[in-house]
Amino acid sequence: MKATLRISLVLALAAGLLAGCERPPVDSVQRGYRGTAMVGVYNPRTVALQEQNNQPPAAQPPAAAIPGGPTAGQVFQNVKVLGSLGVGDFSRLMVAMTAWVAPTQGCTYCHAADNMASDTLYTKVVARRMLEMTRQINTEWKTHVVETGVTCYTCHRGQPVPAQVWFAPTPQRQAVLTAGNDALQNKPAPASALASLPYDPYSPFLLQANEIRVAGTTALPAGNRNSIKKTEFTYGLMMHMSDALGVNCTYCHNTASFGNWSTSTPQRTTAWYGIRMTRDLNNNYLTPLTATFPKPRLGPTGDVAKVNCATCHQGAFKPLYGAPMVKDHPELVAAATVAAAPAPEPAAAPAAPKKK
Amino acid sequence: MAAEYQNLFTRVQVHGPSYPGVPLERGNKEREGPPVHIHLLGIIGDAQLGPIYLGFYGLASIICGLIAFEIIGLNMWASVNWDPVQFIRQLPWLALEPPSASYGLHIPPLNEGGWWLMAGFFLTASLLLWWIRMYKRAIALGMGTHVAWAFAAAIWLYLVLGFIRPVMMGAWAEAVPFGLFPHLDWTAAFSIRYGNLFYNPFHMLSIAFLYGATLIFAMHGATILAVSRFGGEREIEQITDRGTASERAALFWRWTMGFNATMESIHRWGWWFAVLCPLTGGIGILLTGTVVDNWYLWGVKHHIAPSYPAVFQNVIDPALLQGAKP
Repeated sequence: MKATLRISLVLALAAGLLAGCERPPVDSVQRGYRGTAMVGVYNPRTVALQEQNNQPPAAQPPAAAIPGGPTAGQVFQNVKVLGSLGVGDFSRLMVAMTAWVAPTQGCTYCHAADNMASDTLYTKVVARRMLEMTRQINTEWKTHVVETGVTCYTCHRGQPVPAQVWFAPTPQRQAVLTAGNDALQNKPAPASALASLPYDPYSPFLLQANEIRVAGTTALPAGNRNSIKKTEFTYGLMMHMSDALGVNCTYCHNTASFGNWSTSTPQRTTAWYGIRMTRDLNNNYLTPLTATFPKPRLGPTGDVAKVNCATCHQGAFKPLYGAPMVKDHPELVAAATVAAAPAPEPAAAPAAPKKK
Repeated sequence: MAAEYQNLFTRVQVHGPSYPGVPLERGNKEREGPPVHIHLLGIIGDAQLGPIYLGFYGLASIICGLIAFEIIGLNMWASVNWDPVQFIRQLPWLALEPPSASYGLHIPPLNEGGWWLMAGFFLTASLLLWWIRMYKRAIALGMGTHVAWAFAAAIWLYLVLGFIRPVMMGAWAEAVPFGLFPHLDWTAAFSIRYGNLFYNPFHMLSIAFLYGATLIFAMHGATILAVSRFGGEREIEQITDRGTASERAALFWRWTMGFNATMESIHRWGWWFAVLCPLTGGIGILLTGTVVDNWYLWGVKHHIAPSYPAVFQNVIDPALLQGAKP
């Protein structure tokens, strides 16, 4: 009896130690050459949960084509972006947008009930700019979204505000200003998957264009002065990307050398463009809307809600598992918006690590 | 029924009067406190607790250690705005960070890394004073100073990480933060920054000695427990007057792997493996950033890093593409 008690005590202790772990079995998928440990690890129970959150929406039936029919711009007032669409296609997109963004609130979430053309509601002004943004993504950022493209649903998923957005963090509260500096890190940071890494890895990389690469490109020291603290910011961003896509480091990198492109996977290239795309959207589409939003929609420091990898991906390696989004909505790729603001050239990056 | 010597814990405790220890020479402080006997301690070691020798170095070390502990702990508490609940809840994440790189080796304001410098100073003082104490107590007991030198190996690694290497690199920012998770994140970031520490040969050696030390300790501990029915745990006696326990232990290893250590030499094996772990590790850290900037590329250069057949074709750095969409 005493032995049983002791054994059960040991077992309970062991179980307690494992309480933070995910229970087996997990699936592992080999990606790279054998021996390189390039393996993706997936918990089927987590994936099953993600699957529910990543179902594409029902497609709207196509509008009856009326060649030579009137355009939205001719029939309706104050149509600034979609004016060249046929009335049928225009109405179809409006119905789709309602389902994508404000299914419970309906048309009047953006439109004034008495005058649909009026810009009195801020949501309409934002929606107009978001349409331009969607076209910018589908036209200028094919390096990231290829022909799959995005619609409002990719981020919104039936909610007026996408579930995954980010704000600049609240500045650290310090009663005593001579002690307790958190150095922008060292608390359970959702941004970096609850690591003690910097809690805002977004601002430096997804808003400003700070250099992400920290490792040296030569075997021996040659003037690379990147600090460990800077590395922790890069590390934090990478944790966010891993978390947002539901993948391991090895989805993009061979961990023998994170910086080496020749041993990386093609997904790393896609991700590289994704970072620049996110930076473009935050700087040219979202930040300029800061004054448009009412105060309750802004962050603790008064900044606008911004996008990161999780805004679209929401835990999936491809948003909605790569379901083609613009296939049924060619108007969201329209070349009519070629005049959209050009993407800023990213700061010149140093050469990739070369083998010596 | 399992025999007494096959148990996880010491089953038999002999109770006797407290042992005050050998008389001390002139110049030594007296030992502190009346000894007490605790049965639970007897299960894992000697039931007698105390008297402890404090002395000047012991007291100074504890005071310095306490100062460092308080600086670190109070800064952590201040970082959650003195909220006691959040202090406990977030404790594993909290830290006292070294100054940022812009301060170089200068002394920064208190809240910009000054506290870190101060905590580091007192912690280092505490460790060095404790080392002196270990050395002096060994001499006072007429022992060799092996324990002090083993401790010195650990202090070497600590000093390389927190003082010698940062000074060589010209920035306190290179040093480790004080904190549970933060120092682990620092370790991972350190490896990422310097191109994967696994290609550092001294890191390899350090790992070999770390695992080797645990293996040797397991082999030795198991061997002694296995022959304790013949008095094998009285190792010193077995060294000077080899008995059947020693004979059987030696024969066991000679039969199973050809070679056997002796009752004395197994302790040299253990001591050297344990000591070489931080010694080689410290060398590896010291070379990182000062002599080698990217250990993976260094490994490629010296044919340590193998190359594998390409699985993914034509992955090139988009930053190098001319006219590529940004």
